[in-house]
Amino acid sequence: MLGEGILKGLVETARNFAGSYVSKERLTTVEYPEERSPLPEAARNFPFLVYDGDDWEKGLRCVACQICEKECPPKCIYIEKSKDKKPDYVGKLQIYPAKFDIDISVCMSCQICVEVCPFEAIKMDTEFELATDDRFRGLLLDRHQLARSNEYYHEIHPTEAAEVDARLADEKAKVEAKAKAAAEAAAAKAAAGTSATTAADAAKAGSSAPAPKPVAAETKASATPAKPNEGEPKA
Amino acid sequence: MIERLDQIFVILKHWLLGYLPESWQTPVGVILSVVCIIGLYPALFAITTVLERKGVARIQNRLGPNRVGPYGILQPMADGIKSLTKEDIVPTTADGVVHFLAPVVLVVVVFMGFAVLPMGRNMVLVDMDAGLLFYFAMGASAELSVFMAGWSSRNKYSLLGAMRAVAQMISYEIALLLSSVVIVMITGSLSLVKIVEAQNHYTWGLPHWFIFTPWGLAGFLMYAIAGTAETNRSPFDLPEGESELVAGYHTEYSGFKFALFFLGEYVAMFSISGLGSTLFLGGWTAPLEVLQFIPSWIWFFGKLFLSMGVFIWMRGTLPRLRQDQLMNFAWKFVLPMCLLNLFAAGLWHFMGAGWLRWVVCSAILILAYVSIGREGMRRKNLGPRSYRYAE
Repeated sequence: MLGEGILKGLVETARNFAGSYVSKERLTTVEYPEERSPLPEAARNFPFLVYDGDDWEKGLRCVACQICEKECPPKCIYIEKSKDKKPDYVGKLQIYPAKFDIDISVCMSCQICVEVCPFEAIKMDTEFELATDDRFRGLLLDRHQLARSNEYYHEIHPTEAAEVDARLADEKAKVEAKAKAAAEAAAAKAAAGTSATTAADAAKAGSSAPAPKPVAAETKASATPAKPNEGEPKA
Repeated sequence: MIERLDQIFVILKHWLLGYLPESWQTPVGVILSVVCIIGLYPALFAITTVLERKGVARIQNRLGPNRVGPYGILQPMADGIKSLTKEDIVPTTADGVVHFLAPVVLVVVVFMGFAVLPMGRNMVLVDMDAGLLFYFAMGASAELSVFMAGWSSRNKYSLLGAMRAVAQMISYEIALLLSSVVIVMITGSLSLVKIVEAQNHYTWGLPHWFIFTPWGLAGFLMYAIAGTAETNRSPFDLPEGESELVAGYHTEYSGFKFALFFLGEYVAMFSISGLGSTLFLGGWTAPLEVLQFIPSWIWFFGKLFLSMGVFIWMRGTLPRLRQDQLMNFAWKFVLPMCLLNLFAAGLWHFMGAGWLRWVVCSAILILAYVSIGREGMRRKNLGPRSYRYAE
């Protein structure tokens, strides 16, 4: 009969109206500034620079290799290399970025900089409250504004950060073992002549600089398929 | 004491007027009442906007406005300040005078309707003999304002909205009038005060409201439909269908002029609701004989808010009609039902008291409702359309 559908609809809306006061599941609104829903772990928007330790300037992992700058599709990264060097996480002397700017008004959050970085120095942030009244300067972040501690990285992407830490520790251990072996070899050779050690040192420095990239790529490649394999027997 | 409370506004007015010389009392009294009406209904409008937003939000399982003041009750203040401080833009090609006059005409005309509406016992501004006629004359003038707005804006959306509005309002004006005519037939008066008095009797503690008769119920339903269409409310809000016409006839209005249109629309809703409750729901009379101790104006405004609630509920439930559906509904369903209702009311009058007239009138109306409704709802097997273009 005519009007039946209207009555049904009215009952439905009345049920919604009354139900929204009674049941909490009906009201899905999250009142944003006061309460916020947790971000998914894979959330990302703009990159940040990771540093180890307490001092952001000393601990920056970035070695100003400029790969990210070159790979960045919208060209929003600007890097200036330093003139001097400082030790990196394995204790080797590296150059560092004297200037590292990201224009987040240009950045398209593609994460390519993160994927190409051989030093695990740049990662994606989840911070989204970046509104500013300064359209140009306010959105051009320098290296100090970009620097975030490794603890912060653990906080926002726990599993990913743990993988990265394990990989870095692995690398460090390898380098240390190598150094130890080299030192032992050097000690053995010391009997032969002291002048040889300086030559070996120089050779090591020359060969290990391009080396980390394939190593990192390899470990990454092996780490990613390893994860589902781990998950499968559990499920 | 109870009579005092019932007549509190009348007593207050007379007490205030007592301080004035005799010759001043009548004009000042009228102005006082007018100021009360003009102050009261915008206040009710402010309350209704926030209630509507809250209500529709709850229907959609949202929270609604809750930022300004506790539970968002001060939202209308913020809206008011916003619309007052907004720039008033008049298109360069617009007809300035008409563009300015349209919202003014709407608000004036809408408030005029309240002049004849009894808001309580002895609480009517003008007890006009032809009150209902006056009311409908004023209501029809609202169409003029809508068309003025649409025409003077010189905007295709405004004009389309205005043309829709005029087509819709004229179509439903007929249904509105015909559904109210049954009341005039039965009571034999066009005075709204007399119409309320005619319903102010009780049998077994129940009131003699016209909605409790077969023709009254049918008339009320038709009146509600036509009244919703007349005030351009959802589901009949085609004149301002924002999905197709930006905002319809008030596309080119901003700032305070837009606020006036908004106010006019809501006050028209109050006025239509007020007339509906006066005609069919007994105006200011109590719904039970034992409840007569509650002041009459409380009953009137209670009924007003109840019908506003139904308006909001309808808005939250029904989707907008299509233009052809709207017209078909007006001319093929509401109008025949109204005409038949006239016949039923005539039968009711001439059959005299007794149970037979209840059976006959109900049977006629239900039969008509079912058959016309079935005819209207029948699926039409339309073939593939063939488009022909002018050569």
